[in-house]
Amino acid sequence: MLELSRDPAQFRKDIRAWLASACPAEMKGRESHDGFAESDICWGGKRFEFSSPAQKEWMQNAASQGMTVPTWPVEYGGAGLSRDLQKIWLEELAAVGAKLPLQSFGIWMLGPALLAFGTEEQKKRFLPEIARGEIRWCQGYSEPGAGSDLANVQTRAEDMGDHWLINGQKIWTSYADQADWIFALVRTDRDAPKHKGISFMLIDMTSAGVTTKPIRLISGKSPFCETFFDNVKVPKEHGPGINAVVGEQNRGWDVAKHLLTHEREMIGSGSRGPLGGRSVGQIISSDSDLNGNPVLRAEAMKYEIDSMAVDLTLDRYKDMAGVGVPIGNASSMLKYQGTELNKRGYELLMSLTGMDAAEWDSTHGELASEWLRTKANSIEGGTSEVMLDIIAKRVLELPYK
Amino acid sequence: MESLLLNEDETMLRDAARGFLDASAPVTAFRKVRDEGTGFDRGLWAEMAQMGWAGVLVPENQGGADMGHRAAGILAEEMGKTLVASPFISSAVIAATTLRAAASDRLSGIADGSTIYALAIDEGAKFNPAGVAMEAIQSGNAFKLSGKKAFVAEGRNANRVLVLARTAGAAGEAEGLTLFDLDADRAGLTRDAIAAIDGRDYARMNFDNVDATGDDVVGEVGGGLAALQQGLNAGQAAVAAELGGVSAGAFGMTAQYLKDRKQFGVLIGTFQALQHRAAHLWAEIEVTASAIANAGRMLDTHPNDAAVAVSLAKARATKTAKLAVSEGVQMHGGIGMTDEFDMGFFMKRARVGAEWFGDYGYHAAIVAAARGF
Ligand SMILES: Cc1cc2nc3c(=O)[nH]c(=O)nc-3n(C[C@H](O)[C@H](O)[C@H](O)COP(=O)(O)OP(=O)(O)OC[C@H]3O[C@@H](n4cnc5c(N)ncnc54)[C@H](O)[C@@H]3O)c2cc1C
Repeated sequence: MLELSRDPAQFRKDIRAWLASACPAEMKGRESHDGFAESDICWGGKRFEFSSPAQKEWMQNAASQGMTVPTWPVEYGGAGLSRDLQKIWLEELAAVGAKLPLQSFGIWMLGPALLAFGTEEQKKRFLPEIARGEIRWCQGYSEPGAGSDLANVQTRAEDMGDHWLINGQKIWTSYADQADWIFALVRTDRDAPKHKGISFMLIDMTSAGVTTKPIRLISGKSPFCETFFDNVKVPKEHGPGINAVVGEQNRGWDVAKHLLTHEREMIGSGSRGPLGGRSVGQIISSDSDLNGNPVLRAEAMKYEIDSMAVDLTLDRYKDMAGVGVPIGNASSMLKYQGTELNKRGYELLMSLTGMDAAEWDSTHGELASEWLRTKANSIEGGTSEVMLDIIAKRVLELPYK
Repeated sequence: MESLLLNEDETMLRDAARGFLDASAPVTAFRKVRDEGTGFDRGLWAEMAQMGWAGVLVPENQGGADMGHRAAGILAEEMGKTLVASPFISSAVIAATTLRAAASDRLSGIADGSTIYALAIDEGAKFNPAGVAMEAIQSGNAFKLSGKKAFVAEGRNANRVLVLARTAGAAGEAEGLTLFDLDADRAGLTRDAIAAIDGRDYARMNFDNVDATGDDVVGEVGGGLAALQQGLNAGQAAVAAELGGVSAGAFGMTAQYLKDRKQFGVLIGTFQALQHRAAHLWAEIEVTASAIANAGRMLDTHPNDAAVAVSLAKARATKTAKLAVSEGVQMHGGIGMTDEFDMGFFMKRARVGAEWFGDYGYHAAIVAAARGF
């Protein structure tokens, strides 16, 4: 592992030099490093098929330097970067047009939850594996009867002494059919009030009795699944001292909520940068008919204004988190703003590209499919209505029944 | 001003259409068309022709039912509610209106459903008739047409095509355009199917020295836009009406879901945040319905003065349908995002309808100009 300076100016030089050799040429010159174009993401995991040898090389080189999870502590596979150094890293990535070497639910969601709630044994067991891209996690929260009312989860975990016996169904589980493990909310106490009988459990997807069934989206793709648990045995310990439950038994709701703040900030951040490599400004100025359409022009102007301001806000809150102030319920505001903005951006792109983009496979790539996919942004990870509810109740403390 | 209320005949037409479509062409029928990739169901179209729908704007002496534009709007709206895929707007509305104004003798084929027309205007991503660049080079009474047309509705299944080409001037000029009425199998005309998001029939057309004569010209040489004017207005009004139906269909599903889905131990329709949005959507749909009805009435009573009414309807219907399908998906949560559920179909149809024959800004500009700014 190369020693990277902690002095910002020197760190920038170090990173630049490291990038020059560690990031294959093929992985540079991309439009956006921070975008959410799902097809081009390096997800890692045992079943993942790399799009190219260069993609794999980039992930592995970055992992060996801790740069797949730069802000995580070094002992868990990270590089221990401060927020300031992380910003420099992202700037340098953008400068060479490289995408993030690895992105995953492990990095976005489970990692932060384990860092906050995991035991030393759990962190040692799972975090480095996530950092190296060797494991892919999926999120088993939602059920048919537990969407916005997430605490209503009914999937049961019965205590069988040395193991848990799991029965139930999850739904909308993104990439369940590609995942190696699932972090799931299960009911471990059916008599307790609904928030107090849930545990946050780590389950191997190859366990007997776990099955997945892909669900097709309106975009034509099938990124999510129904996930069934039929008498699935989960050992109480995944190895010596490695508890299958994260946090306290029956206190999984606390872990779940903490994880959601990270998930929401991440989904909100999906609005940043060019829309799948496309710029509203560039498209509108490429065609005098578009530029002369007063309604499109006004909408594009409003979109640019709002997206610049939302970007600043995302940065402001990340800076706050960087100096140790948790984002907490403000993550609901970031998610609400970011996702509603992203939907607007894609609506605008569809209007600008007119009938061209009304084809599945068009001169604008898979824009139609991406546009349809953005409609889920304000649903997944908690709906916009739920975000506004949280702001009203928890941030503003407005009275409620 | 004419009353916007439905008269007795129109009420009967609407009820009959609704009864027929609910039974014979619910959204599941469209799903089948989408899955099979046929563009539309010929059997269904034949039945609709038999009921007089294909001839709704064709005079009785040419086999039509001659019910007028308001009636055509009623049919389009009912078809929008269940997402019926058919050549109704291209053939029964636009071609019928255009050819009737030109006293063409091809109307009986439209009325009996055997002739399916496509309208080929646009060459780019946005609706812009004056932007036509396709050439029709004239020598004496003969023309040779060369160029490309993008995203032609009914382009695959049509057996005739109305095509706008340039006999003079340059792209961007409203003058110098001529409308031709051609057999879709004419030598030199090739068509490539498009896989469109709304699952209907579209094609790209390529004209490579296609021969035409003066007999194929609709209206005057150089007067293509004038020849199309009434047909286009009728088509825009029908698309608006269809979008009204799309809005109502999406809204109906959503309102029902608010009464069925429970979270937090209660029906989600009890949440005031959703109640108010559903109420707002309904209020929007009501306002748009007036604009749609008015466009039909104006086309029937003042066809040469109807353009603003039509643009008003198309602009409103575009905006309302966008709201209805966005709210539709959002208020359904995860299930609204699935292909197995119908809401996505409404969303994709609303997107294409928003662009077809002019988007919100195109029509808003026409209204603004008429209002003196
Ligand atoms: C693409 C996609 C990926 C997803 N990935 C995952 C995943 O990986 N893992 C996972 O566990 N889940 C996942 N989800 C599920 C997602 O978290 C849920 O869909 C979401 O929480 C909403 O739940 P629901 O679908 O049951 O909708 P419902 O909760 O039934 O909501 C229906 C409507 O009612 C509204 N509503 C509900 N309660 C209130 C209220 N109190 N006040 C006002 N309005 C209210 C909602 O906002 C919504 O508009 C995914 C969803 C999508 C669309």
